[in-house]
Amino acid sequence: MDLARFIAKRLVRLILTVFLISTIVFFVIRIIPGDPALLIAGIDATPSDIATIRAKLGTDRPLSVQYFDFLWKVVHLNFGNSMISEEPVTSLILQRFPLTLALAVFGMIIGTVIAIPIGILSAVKPWSAWDYVGLVISQLGMAIPSFWLGIFLLLVFAVKIPIFPLFGAETLASLVLPAFSLGFARAAILLRHTRASMSEELSKEYIIAAKAKGLPERMIKYKHALKNALLPIITVAGIEFGYMLGGAIIIEQVFSLPGLGRLFLYAIYQRDFPLIQGGVVFIAIVFSLVNFAADVLYSVVNPRIRLE
Amino acid sequence: MNEPEPLLKIENLAVRFSHRGKIVHALRGIDISFYKDEIHGLVGESGSGKTVTATSIMGLLPRSSAEKISGNIFYKGKNLLLMPEEELRTYRGRTISMVFQEPAKYLNPSFKIGGQIEEMVKLHMGLSKAAARARARELLKLVGLGRDERVLDSYPYELSSGMKQRAMIAIAISCNPDFLIADEPTTALDVTLQKQILELIRTLKNIEDMGVLFISHDLAIIKEIADRVSVIYAGKIVESASKESLFDNPMHPYTRLLMLSIPDARHRGQKLAAIRGQVLDSTSMPKGCLFAPRCPLAEQQCFSLMPELEEHDRGHLAACHFVGKSWNL
Repeated sequence: MDLARFIAKRLVRLILTVFLISTIVFFVIRIIPGDPALLIAGIDATPSDIATIRAKLGTDRPLSVQYFDFLWKVVHLNFGNSMISEEPVTSLILQRFPLTLALAVFGMIIGTVIAIPIGILSAVKPWSAWDYVGLVISQLGMAIPSFWLGIFLLLVFAVKIPIFPLFGAETLASLVLPAFSLGFARAAILLRHTRASMSEELSKEYIIAAKAKGLPERMIKYKHALKNALLPIITVAGIEFGYMLGGAIIIEQVFSLPGLGRLFLYAIYQRDFPLIQGGVVFIAIVFSLVNFAADVLYSVVNPRIRLE
Repeated sequence: MNEPEPLLKIENLAVRFSHRGKIVHALRGIDISFYKDEIHGLVGESGSGKTVTATSIMGLLPRSSAEKISGNIFYKGKNLLLMPEEELRTYRGRTISMVFQEPAKYLNPSFKIGGQIEEMVKLHMGLSKAAARARARELLKLVGLGRDERVLDSYPYELSSGMKQRAMIAIAISCNPDFLIADEPTTALDVTLQKQILELIRTLKNIEDMGVLFISHDLAIIKEIADRVSVIYAGKIVESASKESLFDNPMHPYTRLLMLSIPDARHRGQKLAAIRGQVLDSTSMPKGCLFAPRCPLAEQQCFSLMPELEEHDRGHLAACHFVGKSWNL
């Protein structure tokens, strides 16, 4: 299979994913209690006021009509206007997205910088100091929720020792603590995968052959084994990055950052259907694109994948 | 008579390691001499110590505390077993080289064939990038992969298993080694490919004047390729002779039984002989002959006294108390 067909196949999968996610989110927000018209109108509203608002929002139409109208708009990447602010959902999302993306990228960099070198060293030298450091990091990273770590870091490095700002997103420094809280948990998982992948490669037969060739240890480990070990890590890192975007939503709350997270959270409080739908579909598209990019990258680095 | 100096000489090599609290005797003291321009076949069942012999020469036995290696392996007057790892590394691949059984597993899946040859000649021969490339091209031609330029830029998975084994042989001989170890190099291949690879190894031996240790469990393959043959059983050499002498006049009952188990067109329709019983448990350390429990000739003496490997004919050694005695099957 050539690269073009491989990409085409993945695109079809992406479209299917977006379709499924759109459908699920559409029905779920309509099943859970809460009518946007009631929330907008307030407690003093008369039934006719509510009916007027419903008509304006379009929620008085039959569910099937609303559903197909919504799908039709998704196809055109149009999610309608927010019920509350009446601004287009797309522009609301795009205003907030750069901050969330920056947070996720920064978190990913921190996570990778921690996880990959320590993961490799703990596989190369099992039971060494590095291995214990790795073990502690991965246990802590998985046990500590990132919002708790965020609050803790704020208390220590913004309140007690004021190195970093307490809130806001004016400077890069204000992203350090949220990105670290986000990256640390992902580092734990990435580290374990790196260690497992590296030690698996080190036990393979081609390592014996490389020794028989008289290659220096360093070359065997950091050239022959590492290249093979990093291949599956690319895929894991792609998935981790997707999670990072989701995790950013919670961390933004802790650090009062005006990213996508707060936008979507308020949308849910206010039952702003178009914004919730647009937000979830947007995240799904980004998540799929990231995984897709990881797969394309993987297939470029490892040409075998396209044949399998 | 003046014996030629062996290229590589194994003296009383014994290897044991502990496994689940038991001591496993992988090699129980073997002596073999390898000569220049000679293919020495080592034949035995799986678990008899063939591969341990190869990995001991290469210094690839894990040097963990659990291992106990004793004896000597002399190569050009130097004992490889006493050599520090860094010095040994300059021999590996450079003067002593090895071809493995399953090329698909022993080639690195993520590096192109050309690169896997080039890194070796760059390291050991100090060749430049361009010279290494030229050398890789020349080597692929030598092993019969020269017709197709693409092999150089192929990943192992893009080659057939026969091509992979040829590529691995090209890697092994890339630095003109003096001694080549081939550990069951044809076992993973089908019969027509087996023939081709055997021919290739013989041709290369003639071109490069190498000493070759050819390991196989298959006496028929050994008969085809070897100049001299040693038969190994449970970590001990039981018989060693020139190929002609061994096949004309097998002395050890184990060798004789092995020969009866080769299918032969002349004995079409007859049942093949299987050797009764099981290979000796590698954790036991009997006083007598290791083969005695399975031997049709065994007598009281065989269970109490280990026979020494002795010369019974010119250059023909066997370790048996009853060399020459016949039996009815």
